[in-house]
Amino acid sequence: MTDPSKVQLTEDGRLKHFLTTEGLSKDLLTEILDTADSFISTQERAVKTVPLLRGKTVVNLFFENSTRTRSTFELAAKRLSADILNLDIARSATSKGETLMDTLWNLEAMYSDMFVVRHADSGAAHFIAEQVTPNVAIINAGDGRHAHPTQAMLDMLTIRRHKDSIEGKVVAIVGDILHSRVARSQIYALRTLGAAEVRVIGPGTLLPRDIEGMGAKPFYDMKQGLADCDVVIMLRLQKERMQNALLPSESEFFKLYGLTEEKLAFARPDAIVMHPGPINRGVEIESAVADGNQSVILNQVSYGIAVRMAVMAMAMSGQQTLINSEENA
Amino acid sequence: MRYLHIQNARIIDPASQTDTIADVFVANGAIRTIGRRPDAGEIEETIDATGLWLLPGLIDLGGHLPEPGFPQKGTMASETKAACAGGFTHICSLPDTKPVADTSAVIKLIEEKAAKAGYARVLPLGAMTQGLAGEQLANMVTLFEAGAVALSNVRQPIRDSYVLRRLMEYAATYDIPLFLTANDVTLAAGGCMHEGEVATRMGLAGIPETAETIALAQILLLAEQTGVRAHISQVSCGRSIRMITDARQRGMRISADTPLANLLYTDAQVTGYNSLYNVQPPLRSEADRQALIAAVAAGDLAISSNHRPHEIAAKKAPFSDAESGMSQYDCFLPMAMTLVSAGELSLDALINAVSVLPAQILGMAQSVQENSAFNAVLFDPETERTITARDLNSRGHNHPALGRSLKGQVQRVFIDGQQIC
Repeated sequence: MTDPSKVQLTEDGRLKHFLTTEGLSKDLLTEILDTADSFISTQERAVKTVPLLRGKTVVNLFFENSTRTRSTFELAAKRLSADILNLDIARSATSKGETLMDTLWNLEAMYSDMFVVRHADSGAAHFIAEQVTPNVAIINAGDGRHAHPTQAMLDMLTIRRHKDSIEGKVVAIVGDILHSRVARSQIYALRTLGAAEVRVIGPGTLLPRDIEGMGAKPFYDMKQGLADCDVVIMLRLQKERMQNALLPSESEFFKLYGLTEEKLAFARPDAIVMHPGPINRGVEIESAVADGNQSVILNQVSYGIAVRMAVMAMAMSGQQTLINSEENA
Repeated sequence: MRYLHIQNARIIDPASQTDTIADVFVANGAIRTIGRRPDAGEIEETIDATGLWLLPGLIDLGGHLPEPGFPQKGTMASETKAACAGGFTHICSLPDTKPVADTSAVIKLIEEKAAKAGYARVLPLGAMTQGLAGEQLANMVTLFEAGAVALSNVRQPIRDSYVLRRLMEYAATYDIPLFLTANDVTLAAGGCMHEGEVATRMGLAGIPETAETIALAQILLLAEQTGVRAHISQVSCGRSIRMITDARQRGMRISADTPLANLLYTDAQVTGYNSLYNVQPPLRSEADRQALIAAVAAGDLAISSNHRPHEIAAKKAPFSDAESGMSQYDCFLPMAMTLVSAGELSLDALINAVSVLPAQILGMAQSVQENSAFNAVLFDPETERTITARDLNSRGHNHPALGRSLKGQVQRVFIDGQQIC
């Protein structure tokens, strides 16, 4: 198997799938952000649709439930004038690889052009792109703990729009890094786009081993970790972490890492607060901060559609170039 | 007597410290003379072995055979033939068949099927606990009398330290050897690869080194207390090697093996989610690999196959959902020889680890010297070929050699003087 970051690129370096932010060049990430920026202006018009994906069929393939992410992809596809099919395939214990492959081959046979995939297994989107349906553009909408690249890119867009640039910024990601696909995708994107420092803050049980190898600096203390930060990204804390001996209680987590106005004061006064949502008020963030004037959480949601439109349009165009060149050959 | 005459072979046998070019004369299943014609009798067949190596047959301390219970993964014939093609004359079959090898009937069935197939000799390992469930002791003496060479619980957990202590005590009473695997499944916590930087990057759940070392500490302490004949199967961590060395220095007689894959690869192979490298024990760090190599070089660690053939569908899944294991028998010796050509192991150390040590552990004699049973491999060290699916005898095409070029090929295998292939 090839390098995971290469699977998503055509030979001339264009996007044909969007699986991970790892290994993508600064130019390509910037192109995604620029394209998304251009779509934001179309979203403010009365007629919001553009015809880039007219006649194309996009299938939302969610093996894990997520109404929010699925809806933004659905809306993004519709605004690109694609036909969209929603499939919620809650993943049963018996649905192993074979079922997955059969499902996908059936959908491919219906002349689908793009799959938006969310799956509980890390590497599932790679597996589909590489081994199951290589001629269908795959957009990774979250695979296990591995990657959630569209979320990361909408976060990058949020930072860029509020702080002008990602270059030179100090960014802290707080909470359950171990299980977070969002954090992993953010770290790669931030490093590539020139952030001065990426920090991860949390208890030892929720920071993955050797995170330094990804270019992130671990902190166990909010005061130290948030010092001089331009951006504070809070992650959602799942309830099951308490049952699995990773944390004693929500209240102790909130005491140590919950973002309050007092803790936010450790960061730069103009720091922005982000959260991929859905937020647990009083667990990882208090309402005063979530709704406060440093919070850009709701802006993130509206940028999400533009970023998804951008990667869908780019990947479809890359995939189409491949198909055209095969037909010509 | 009528002799098989093997002419001009380079005989390499660390057991008798032999490395010489000579003629070998075989009759009635055993080597009669080396380097001189027998006084009487005639030559039935002469094999010109110029440029070839004559090695003692390889002995595997643990491979997964698909029969009984897993016809989709292969047959006794396909896998034992693959073993011969890889240079094995004898293989220990792990007891995780279906049904589990926890009754004398299953042991007999395995022996019969293997004899009928007629390729590598199968030495069945019996289950230590009923159904490998780790709760109730299997009928250890009955299994041993039925032909099990040792007992194993594969990688399945023993319920608790109490059960482990009692099963060791019971086995020690009758001097039944145990093949123990150090695997704390609560610490492994459903992980599918080595816990480290690669797992963090790939977002895959990691198996920490302590999943092996904590279980190993428990095994070593209880083995010391009970005096059981213990062999540690499938060691993957450098730290485990140090613990085993310490135990030996305290006077314990304890042997160990590592799967070949753990000597050839590290967790870096998982980059790209190639499910071929989803194996148990997991491929660990380069430092671990180096420590295992050093232990093999020092003659302290045997090499096993951990052969596990799979049908295509078992591996066609996202990494953590794929079944673990690698097909290893075909090309085993050429794959192992890459360690010699890379300068990581001496040829003697390799042969020692795949044949001499396993024979000692099993209490067998396996040597290319006069009056020894003729269990040997004629190996062509020079021929280079690209391995394709057609070169594999195993039904499991989950083999890391597929598509790559390998130097060296097993030409003939002899078991008790008979040419098997």
